Amino acid sequence: MGWSRKDLLTMRELDAAEILTLVDTAASLQEIAGRDIKKVPALRGKTVVNLFYENSTRTRTSFEIAGKWLSADVINFSASGSSASKGESFIDTAKNIAAMSPDVVVVRHSSAGAAEVLARTLPCSIVNAGDGAHEHPTQALLDLLTIREHKGHFEGLNVAIVGDISHSRVARSNIHAMRKLGMTVTVAGPPTLIPPFVQELGVKVSYRLEDAIRDVDVIMMLRLQQERMTGGLIPSLREYSRYWGLTLDRLRAHARPDVLIMHPGPVNRGVELSPEVADGPYSVILDQVAKGVAVRMGVLVLLSGHKGGVPA
Amino acid sequence: MSLLIKGGRVVDPANSIDAVQDVLVKDGRIERVGPGLPAPEGVTVLDAAGKVVCPGFIDIHVHLREPGLEYKETVATGTRAAAAGGFTAVCCMANTQPVNDNRSITDYIRAKAESEGAVRVYPIGAVTRGLAGKELAELAELAEAGCVAFSDDGKCVMNANLYRRAMEYTLPFGAPVISHAEDDHLASGGSMHEGVVSTELGIPGVPAAAEDVMVARDILLAELTGAHLHIAHLSTAGAVRLVRDAKARGVHVTAEVTPHHLLLTEEAVRSFDANTKMNPPLRSKRDAEAVLEGLLDGTIDCIATDHAPHALSEKEGEFDHAAFGIVGLETAVAVLMDRLVGPGLLPLATLVARLSRDPARLLGLPGGSLAAGAPADLTLLDPAAEWTVDPARFESKSRNTPFGGWTLTGRPWKTVVGGRVVWP
Repeated sequence: MGWSRKDLLTMRELDAAEILTLVDTAASLQEIAGRDIKKVPALRGKTVVNLFYENSTRTRTSFEIAGKWLSADVINFSASGSSASKGESFIDTAKNIAAMSPDVVVVRHSSAGAAEVLARTLPCSIVNAGDGAHEHPTQALLDLLTIREHKGHFEGLNVAIVGDISHSRVARSNIHAMRKLGMTVTVAGPPTLIPPFVQELGVKVSYRLEDAIRDVDVIMMLRLQQERMTGGLIPSLREYSRYWGLTLDRLRAHARPDVLIMHPGPVNRGVELSPEVADGPYSVILDQVAKGVAVRMGVLVLLSGHKGGVPA
Repeated sequence: MSLLIKGGRVVDPANSIDAVQDVLVKDGRIERVGPGLPAPEGVTVLDAAGKVVCPGFIDIHVHLREPGLEYKETVATGTRAAAAGGFTAVCCMANTQPVNDNRSITDYIRAKAESEGAVRVYPIGAVTRGLAGKELAELAELAEAGCVAFSDDGKCVMNANLYRRAMEYTLPFGAPVISHAEDDHLASGGSMHEGVVSTELGIPGVPAAAEDVMVARDILLAELTGAHLHIAHLSTAGAVRLVRDAKARGVHVTAEVTPHHLLLTEEAVRSFDANTKMNPPLRSKRDAEAVLEGLLDGTIDCIATDHAPHALSEKEGEFDHAAFGIVGLETAVAVLMDRLVGPGLLPLATLVARLSRDPARLLGLPGGSLAAGAPADLTLLDPAAEWTVDPARFESKSRNTPFGGWTLTGRPWKTVVGGRVVWP
């Protein structure tokens, strides 16, 4: 197990061994959540800045808790409450933050490539916490950790990713990671939500939910953004939900009894997932959230120069 | 004032010359071209042994940004960049502020060029007032003021009826309409070519069809009206096919291609470097191959840079927020010499023709030939010079190039306008 990168930007650039290092490190840190005193000194004296240009509850909170449990000083910077709202450019804001010598900057931005641009500009470690529709590597890592805990392995598993693939950074990061770990990935949705040439990323494409979920080990449902109707991508939420909503009936009729239902959140209840499925026995959605903290701890530990293992 | 350029390889496609000869220039015009010309008394002799002597290169697609956007470029800096890049004349697009949609702006640009320009400047007038696509600009007066073509470049005239009327109205002027062929709706929101790379990067794409449908529409309108249609910065295999077919049918359509669409592809965008962002976007490898094929077989008439200067602040941040466009004047000739002529993909004589004879013919401009009596505009190339592109040393006010750091063999050596060496 080794880690030599300064930044975590994409799953595309990692090899299988690096991905497993990240997953294993996260797995070893999970037990901290169960401790009475949730604090280890691994990142004492380190500063982590959460630079969030997009709204996020889950991911930001998760990074914040991860940093705090590791004893880092964690500063949250959101674009709405900062100089960015006064018209300061992204690069200027980033350089100003860098001038205060943080060790890690966690960035969430609506523009694809924002994390790459930062990594090129700043000397500190950069963690991509989601850049436009490009990548969201820590989400993929927590998905992988969840899958391995429930299925015991990666190799040979079949996964269906269902919904708005075009606009999903979660789908892209998972496609790269899952392919490298020997999993078979099917992306499914109406053709307007499937990006062109996606087969060239090594996935299968399905235009029918019932076909896509048959015989898979994992179904990952994606959030449908309400604004997709205005772009002419789907006629109505009603129609989308009718053909692409995962209901208990559909699940029982077409999926395996041991299938895992995942969702990166936030869930549109009644659109892509019926409440009975979201809260039902197949769902591991809250488990994903719990694993998110361990994954982010693992990432912060590795980027800060530690080589894995549970810190004292 | 006389100048004798001795012993260079003269490449003059308009007169089918490719031989070591001398060129004698007198009073701003070509006096004679031939082997072993005697040097008249008082003549300045320029030893061009080992160099290539060509008719002055003409770039018919340049943004000089003046008036209004002088922080990006001015007539003075833009024409110096042209001279440094081997161009003796440029045509400047109308998307200044205010827009060149009326005579006073055309007069202003020409006056600036007269007083500060290093090379010849031919303005292109807007097709529609304010580039708004709603009503025709005063096209007759623009033509009279010296506009050599009409274009809303940067924007597409989406109203087909209005574009038809523009083509008809300009018929008597002998000046083409130049189409920025891009369907607004298909291109909406896109920052790069739609393909496997845009899918991986999660950047909204502009499909090749956004260009193809407009090229097809405009060809049909040219057929309907009999007008001369020129397609700006053609970038797709589909558009090459459409123009080739239209030419075979006798439609008066011409086209240009940029060096970056010949040499770069969508793969370059993986860097998220905003200097790989332009409109039309860098296309697929197949498209790049098709435009080169089109350039070789004459489907594409000329090379133009679409020189589009932007300030650093407009190009350094997020890719999707960055401005479209790159500078091209100071790299175009050299990158094409190195990457296409050097490896034998493009004959030198074809490169010279597509940069001089053909753009001159296309717009009816003086130059493009070394015939006796022609203006003494010459581009002299040093095919052996080895150098590295350093944007910090550009004459242009802007440095937004994807070619920074490229090591090249061959570059412009001297630029002569009206018999006078304007560069270096």
